[in-house]
Amino acid sequence: MALDFVQLAPEMGQFALILSLCLSAALFVLPLVGAHYGSNVLMQSGRSLATGFFIFVTFAFCCLVYSFLHDDFSVKYVASNSNSLLPYYYKISAVWGGHEGSLLLWIFMLAGWTFAVAIFSRSLPLDMQARVLAVMGFVAVGFLSFILFTSNPFDRILPIPPQDGGDLNPLLQDIGLIIHPPVLYMGYVGFSVVFAFAIAALLTGRLDSAWARWSRPWAIMAWGFLSVGIALGSWWAYYELGWGGWWFWDPVENASFLPWLVGTALIHSLAVTEKRSLFKSWTLLLAIFTFSLSLLGTFLVRSGVLTSVHAFANDPERGVFILAFFLLVVGGSLTLFALRAPVVKGSAGFNLLSRETFLLGNNILLTIIMIMVLIGTLYPLVADALSLGKISVGPPYFNLFFLPLMGLLCLLMAFGPLSNWKRTSGMQFVKLLWKPWAISLAIGLIFPLVYRDKYEILAALTVFIASWIATALLADLFYRLRNSDSFLAGLRKLSLSYFAMLVAHAGIAATTLGVGLTSIYTEQRDVRMEVGQKVTVVEYDFILNKLTHIDGPNYTAEEALITVMKDGKFLREMKPQKRRYLASGSTMTEVSLDVSLMRDLYVAMGEPLTETAWAMRVHLKPFVRWIWLGALMMGFGAVLAVADKRYRKAIKQESPVVEVAVGKLVNE
Amino acid sequence: MNKQRLFLFIPLAIFVLLGVLFWRGLSLDPNEMPSALLNKPVPVFELPVIPAPENPQGLITANQEMLKGKVSLLNVWATWCLPCKQELPFFNTLKAQGIQIYGINYKDDNAEAQRWLSEFHNPFVFSVLDADGRLGVNLGVFGYPETYVVDKQGVIRYKHIGEMDAQIWEKTIKPIFDSLN
Repeated sequence: MALDFVQLAPEMGQFALILSLCLSAALFVLPLVGAHYGSNVLMQSGRSLATGFFIFVTFAFCCLVYSFLHDDFSVKYVASNSNSLLPYYYKISAVWGGHEGSLLLWIFMLAGWTFAVAIFSRSLPLDMQARVLAVMGFVAVGFLSFILFTSNPFDRILPIPPQDGGDLNPLLQDIGLIIHPPVLYMGYVGFSVVFAFAIAALLTGRLDSAWARWSRPWAIMAWGFLSVGIALGSWWAYYELGWGGWWFWDPVENASFLPWLVGTALIHSLAVTEKRSLFKSWTLLLAIFTFSLSLLGTFLVRSGVLTSVHAFANDPERGVFILAFFLLVVGGSLTLFALRAPVVKGSAGFNLLSRETFLLGNNILLTIIMIMVLIGTLYPLVADALSLGKISVGPPYFNLFFLPLMGLLCLLMAFGPLSNWKRTSGMQFVKLLWKPWAISLAIGLIFPLVYRDKYEILAALTVFIASWIATALLADLFYRLRNSDSFLAGLRKLSLSYFAMLVAHAGIAATTLGVGLTSIYTEQRDVRMEVGQKVTVVEYDFILNKLTHIDGPNYTAEEALITVMKDGKFLREMKPQKRRYLASGSTMTEVSLDVSLMRDLYVAMGEPLTETAWAMRVHLKPFVRWIWLGALMMGFGAVLAVADKRYRKAIKQESPVVEVAVGKLVNE
Repeated sequence: MNKQRLFLFIPLAIFVLLGVLFWRGLSLDPNEMPSALLNKPVPVFELPVIPAPENPQGLITANQEMLKGKVSLLNVWATWCLPCKQELPFFNTLKAQGIQIYGINYKDDNAEAQRWLSEFHNPFVFSVLDADGRLGVNLGVFGYPETYVVDKQGVIRYKHIGEMDAQIWEKTIKPIFDSLN
């Protein structure tokens, strides 16, 4: 029997993975040796090796996608995560539906970022570039050995493969889950670049403004991906889980939120390091922490250690590998940090009222928040380890510290952009900010009066904080335009990274507004609904017209037809479903949504009670879209910041410096 | 090494500490569910006994004192719990070997429980009716069924979560049971 490509794809994929492990091992060793001995050839090998690593991993990834598309159920991973009835786009997303495949996706992203570093860092001093790529190679070696030795996605079930696959978890059969993991992983893995830069800086001792300027776009890009990735996860949970919640403080969410918090601190601290050459050690530490928490997030979520501490012990091989690798990366880099990080000399050169102070405040607050979230997430684990019993930490704990601290952060956020480096006079703040303060206070106090009958003081506070951020940004913008001839001419003079800051900060304001108002004003009715019955939520009436049975491609469903009236007038029909997936037998709630900027209508089917009655969830969620809108703005801000021409310009200016640096090394 | 550099070791120190905790947490045996009451006496209770012909004559209520005297098993069960039904035949074989098994009927319906016991061969010396689940909470029940090994002094020596079968009995519980005798 002739073997064609379909049958051999998994073997080819595995072979490609083995080759990329070899390449990444070379990528780890050769450039580092080259940088140590000043060998140009070895240092330059980094770029080619990175390219090779990228090509082979891409090939392996394509092989797995190919096996999924061709329903090769002799591959164990395909058999347990796919089904011949799945539409092709879910077959592709099923590639990262399980542990092995999402690990391969992670490596694929890592290869992509490594390749990007190889392309865009041509202008870096050669030894710096070599060391950065070598650190990326080291991370790749860790992950590739993990996948090859413990979690191979290409393992076969031979000689008798199953007739059909076990199907993709129905929860994951959704557009949100097609894009959420890749975007989130882009964020996680992106921080490996900043980490690599930090380690390279520690190795060389070259930790100056130039270093910060090289690292900044990478950090900002990764942060942007992470912001959008977290928002996608929250959006998915909102419409797919059927409870109407958008954030649960569950360990999986926290795992992605932790690197975001430190990452946010990092991009601000990098700004200080670039502009003022301050906070150097702190920035390094944040870079190490951000990547460590990304690693922690990847491992903990996929290993299931957070839901049950014992997940590791059930699979000791993976557990020990993960832990050893994590200890090596974090312990190693922290040891390097302790030995090589620059010691602060003399007193810092900035006043109490200065941009440095505000950014420091931002860093301290974010770090405190991160530590509190980390404690809340890991405390159950630690308590178990110390035999204090099994405990779970719930939303009340998180909200207790998160809301006040975040509120304080948002209040202070308005000052940052308006302040100057080194010193700002108090009068300057008063002059520029009394109007935003007054306006936002007025908006905040009036809003609850107009919006609903009952006055909510917390809503006033939320609206005040959000408009305070927004109006202070506007005040800053107008202040900067004060000397220009026309508004447009002035706008053109401002840099892209300034607009990036505006958009991202406004994004925070939008998210704050969304989070606050949704939490305060959500109206929900969990009721029993008979056919013909009406449920009223504020100005909306929901009438259950009929129940129908539906046959989908790989599921059957009960569908409710609900007519929605607003103030007695017909608005629309809504069709929530309760699905039963055939292959796995699991049931799923398909929420029906009516989306708008100011409010969402949310209808989900609970359980059947009789032939003609269901338990229904009917929610009115004001401003819930703003939560994700804000995150998109943050992501867009990141894109703007990276597109700023100052990074490209800076690179050109530095080109001669590169020559000098290389020359010096060779002469040594 | 100057003083300031020592401060730079703080992150590493914290990490090492966390690492040790992690290691401990992760190396715990998944099947060894710690019971808050391990090596402590069975909590005090005074509960009605579910009527059944196998019960000791005239028994209306029972308390923790009645578990003392002989090494015994204490099983938490309910009619709504499917595995509880599946483990009943095995408990009956244990009963035939002369092992005393006491039942705690957890958050259940009295009538339904009575019907159950008469229908599927009652393996218990007697079962108490823990209608509001108070005894279950005091015992730290979080999975059903659960089976406790109680020694002659009425002290809990082992807790098994999940269905009991011949394999689990022979491998883990019987050695503990025999060592107490």
